[in-house]
Parts: sequence; structure tokens; C-alpha cells
Amino acid sequence: MSTPPAKIHNVPMGEGPSGRAPKGVGPARIGIYAFLVISALFFLLPLYVMIVTSIKPMEEIRLGGLFTLPTTITFEPWAKAWSSACTGLDCRGISPGFWNSVKILVPSVFCSIFVGALTGYALSFWRVRCANLLFAALLLGAFLPYQVFIYPLVRIYSATGLFSTIYALVLTHVIFGLPVMTLLFRNYYAGIPIDLFKAARVDGGRFFSIFFRLMLPMSIPMLVVAVILQVTGIWNDFIMGLTFGGLANRPMTVQLTNLVAPTEGEIAYNVNMAATIMTAAVPLIVYFVSGRWFVRGIAAGAVKG
Amino acid sequence: MSSVSIRNLQISFGVLNVLEKLNLEVEEGEFLVLLGPSGCGKSTLLNAIAGLLDIAEGQIWIGDRNVTWSEPHERGIGMVFQSYALYPRLTVEANLSFGLKMSGMPKAEIARRVSEAARILQLEPLLQRQPAQLSGGQRQRVAIGRALVRDAKVLLFDEPLSNLDAKLRTELRVEIKRLHKRLGSTMIFVTHDQVEALTLADRVAVMHKGVIQQLATPKEIYQRPVNRFVAGFVGSPQMNFLPGTLVRKDAGASFRLAGGSEIDLTGYEFSRPFHDRQNATLGLRPEQAQLRRSEQHSARLEAIFTIEEPMGPDTLLWGTLAGENFSVRISSDQAASIGAPIGIHVNIAQASLFDEAGDRL
Repeated sequence: MSTPPAKIHNVPMGEGPSGRAPKGVGPARIGIYAFLVISALFFLLPLYVMIVTSIKPMEEIRLGGLFTLPTTITFEPWAKAWSSACTGLDCRGISPGFWNSVKILVPSVFCSIFVGALTGYALSFWRVRCANLLFAALLLGAFLPYQVFIYPLVRIYSATGLFSTIYALVLTHVIFGLPVMTLLFRNYYAGIPIDLFKAARVDGGRFFSIFFRLMLPMSIPMLVVAVILQVTGIWNDFIMGLTFGGLANRPMTVQLTNLVAPTEGEIAYNVNMAATIMTAAVPLIVYFVSGRWFVRGIAAGAVKG
Repeated sequence: MSSVSIRNLQISFGVLNVLEKLNLEVEEGEFLVLLGPSGCGKSTLLNAIAGLLDIAEGQIWIGDRNVTWSEPHERGIGMVFQSYALYPRLTVEANLSFGLKMSGMPKAEIARRVSEAARILQLEPLLQRQPAQLSGGQRQRVAIGRALVRDAKVLLFDEPLSNLDAKLRTELRVEIKRLHKRLGSTMIFVTHDQVEALTLADRVAVMHKGVIQQLATPKEIYQRPVNRFVAGFVGSPQMNFLPGTLVRKDAGASFRLAGGSEIDLTGYEFSRPFHDRQNATLGLRPEQAQLRRSEQHSARLEAIFTIEEPMGPDTLLWGTLAGENFSVRISSDQAASIGAPIGIHVNIAQASLFDEAGDRL
């Protein structure tokens, strides 16, 4: 006996729930939204004050009213902060600091990511002797507070003639970025099937050709994450720039503190706010542009590409 | 085509010796299958042949070259992996040409080889696709193609069919066999699937705990296993094992089962001498016992079957014989009574006898 194929038809249904369960607005959901809105306000309020203050003329600021909207909008504080505000005797605004930061940032980000990716690749695919020990030592480096290294580094750089040069700064950023970058890439490469590496070796790949032709193109999500981390980290750095850069190579953050440091006379709050926003703009833009990638990269690292 | 010779190979992970003093000669154009359960060292051996693993001692020769210290790409091998290991974000064509480009081969030659491999493996319509857009069978064909374009003298397969579903596995198995006939290259194929081993191989090396237990033709492996491990590992369902004792008779010998019944061993070829009253195990494959008597059947035993499994072309009966689990394969047109004692007939010439250490008698 065989039964004919079943036809689609409705059968009578009983009382009670049927189909998809309705999603109500419960107290838990209200609580979550309340929390999210409050924390968003908490973090946005200072930004609001900064922006509003930076476009007010000084007369309006003197009246108080921290939260009031400006009655006359002026971009003069921005122009002043960028190109003519004085830090000590130097009245070129914050722009030299910006360019110094860019000069420090670009080679530091590039080198630290490259070295980190290469180290991570070597540690996860090539049978490096004592690889685990090396990795543990590197991780230890990531957890030691770097203030400990400052004085020895000052001595080393001055002995080698690197002190007060941009090279000292770049080198410091590359070395201090290495543990985290290596960790990031090692874990990412640990998720790549070892067979892929073996196949590339059978196909004639050497250490560098496998890295450049196979692994690096596969690491784009992780590269994006690394760029975000390093750009924000190095741009926001203060203590390294202050210690090793010397007067000529002050990054923007150092210049900003000098600018806003109280001097005699009236404090130009609007100029200070404008300079602060400009300094914070780079990491902010990086997050806004690549936040999506950032999440994706972290997820890709977790699940494997 | 090259022969492969492994001499006194030893591989250690830390203090653990995975392979010890392993010797293996693979002839030119031979299809050799390394068969064994997981952890038996078969993949380790294959990786060592490919040069992807450090060896502790011994030599590996491919053709007349000692390649023990050579890089993988210098060995004239191609390798196919279980996980396909296709380069992601590269088209099929780029996957095939990846290695050739790295070696700096002229473009025209690369194109010629890629199109040749694509033609052999029927990959032409897929050349511009990404690996993610391919089915499992297609991916594995690309992986084979990547080994083909290298013009490898020796092709190594590391469980290439294990990730495929049953139907594709059968298809690709036939395709690999056809490829071997066509190319005539030496192939070494690692698997834990005995059907793959028996169907593909010229010779099978059954491995267990890092030691090659038996190296012989599939027929020999199946019919005359050298020990209980090989007998039990090859064949599905497993060979039936009946414990008992050997009894010397005037002219020949007989085997006394635990239950007391005796089987005349006339016709069984002993490979070495035995003692009277020696404990032994009789191994019978399910199809070596039948319900109907025919001319070559020399012994009759009694079994009780409790379960019947229709497999399509044949039927498996499961039950007990002399207190041991026992299975019989009968053709599906036969009927068997379930739950009652039933006589079964065996051809003792096809059976296997093992001593207490598990070695063939």
C-alpha cells in the first residue's frame, strides 16, 4: 500500500494561540531604552557644550549659560585655534601639532601593523622554536605599564642620538603596539585552517610569498580593526609625544594642553573648545566611518573567515 | 610518475613516537591507500611525504631523489586536503594558477595547464566562480585540479572525500579512479573508510598505532587478514569472531566452539603450525555464512537471529551463535525465521583463524 502525496489544505484549528507569538512592549524593554537614552545623553552632553561654546563669541560666553544656544554664530574661534592661537611665544595655532601628529601617525600605524601581522603569521604557521614562550613574553609586555619604560628609553634614545626626533616616537609606538597587534593577528590566523597554509607550501610558497599573496589579502577585516585601534591609540597618545618628541615634534595632543593651559588674561573658552574638537576629530571620524567594519572584523576574528 | 620509498622513518611529537622505523615502498604508477582509524599515523605519514612535517630519523625518496630535506614544492608532489583548502576570495582559475604564478611560470604555459586541468576535471564552466559559490564536490575537483596543474609525479590525498555526502563521495571516488587510469601517476590516498580503500587501491596499507599491519591487495586484505585488527577494521558489518579451541585430529584439525559443537577444519590453509588444545578465534565474515547449503559449504552451525535489516540488495541478520554476537548477510529474496534456532552453513576455506595474540594461524 502506498499513500498518495499529501495535498496542501487547511484543517480546523482549536481555541487558543496560533502562529507567531506577539511581541509586546514589556517593562524590561522600557528599562533598556531608558538606560540607553540616559547613557547617550550623558556622553553627548559634553560634546554639545563643546560645539555650542566653540561657535559663540566671547561676549556671549561671559554671560554664562553653558547650555544655551548661541545667538550669533561665529567661526572665528575655529580659525584662531587652527592657525593663530598662541602657545607660549609660538602663535601658529594648533595646526603644526596636527601635521606633526600625521607625520607620527602614518609610519607608526603602518609599521606596527605590518610587524604585528608578520609576527602573528610566523607564530601561528611556522614552527618557531619556543613559539609559546615568545608569545607569553610578548603578552607580558602588553600588560606591563609603559610608564616603567619611559626613563630607560629616554637614556637609550639619548645615547643613540634618537632623542627628540620623530624616529624615536615612531619606534616607541611600533614597539609598544607590537604585543597587541601580534596577539590580534596570531588569534586571527589561528582561525585560518592549517590546510590552507599547507596547500600554499605545496604550491611553492615561501615565508614571505605566502604572507603577502595569501595571508595578508585574507586579513582585511583584521587589518581594518588594527588600523582603528592603532590610529586612535597613537593619535590620542600624550605621554610619549611629550617625553620623546622634543619641541619640534610635539603631537597635537601635547600642543592642545599647552594651548588650553591657563595663562594670564582671559581664557578663550571658545578657542579652546574648537581646538579640542579638532584634536578629537580624527579618532571620532575613524570610528564613525569604520565602526561597521570594526564590529565585522571582531566577529570575523571570532567565527573565522 | 615516480616511485616513493620510505626508509626507517621515525616521527616524534615531543617524547611521543608517532611513527617508528616505518618502511614502505610505493611503486611507480601505483595507487596505494593508507587505511586506519584516526590517530593511527596515516595522515602524519602523508604529511611527512609531502615535506610538511619535520621527521626525526629516516629517509624519503621520490623517484631516484632523496627528498628528505627538500621543501614541499621541490618534491614533485601535489596534495589534496580534506577541507579542500581552496584559497578564499580567488576565482577557481586563480586558485588553479596560484602556485604556477608564484613559481614565475610564463603566462601562456599557465593558461595552457589551467585549461588542460579544467578540461580533465570538467571545471570549464566554473573557472570564474569563487570557491564559496561551489558545491562540495566541485570544490574538491578544484583542489584536485590544483594538484594536476603542478604536473606532479606523485599525488597525495588526505581524506579528500570525508567532507562530502554519501552520493557525491561515490561519484568522486569513481572520478579519482578514472583519473588514476588516465594519468598513470603514483597516488597515495589516506582514508579511514574501508570502502574507499578496497575500491580504489592497487594495494592497501592498513595502519594501527603507527605500524603498518598489512600491506597487500584489497582482495588479500579482505580475504586473508593477517591479524584480528585488520580483520575487524576492514569489512562492514564487522567480521564475526567466535572463540574456541583447536583440536588436532588424525589427518587434520577441528575447531571446538565454547558451546561444545565442533567444526571440521579440512580445507583451511594454516599459515603456520599450531598446538593441540590451543585457544583460538574463528573469524567469519557475514557473507561467509549462509542459510542455504551449497557444495563448498563444509560445516553447519546453529544460530538464533533476533533482528532483520533489509539493506536493499541484501539483508543482514543479527543474532547470536554459541553465545557470541553474530551477523549473516543473505540475499534479499531469502526469508529467515526470527527468534528460533536456524542452521547456517560456512565454507571453512574462506574463514580466518587467529591465535590468542591475534595473529593469523
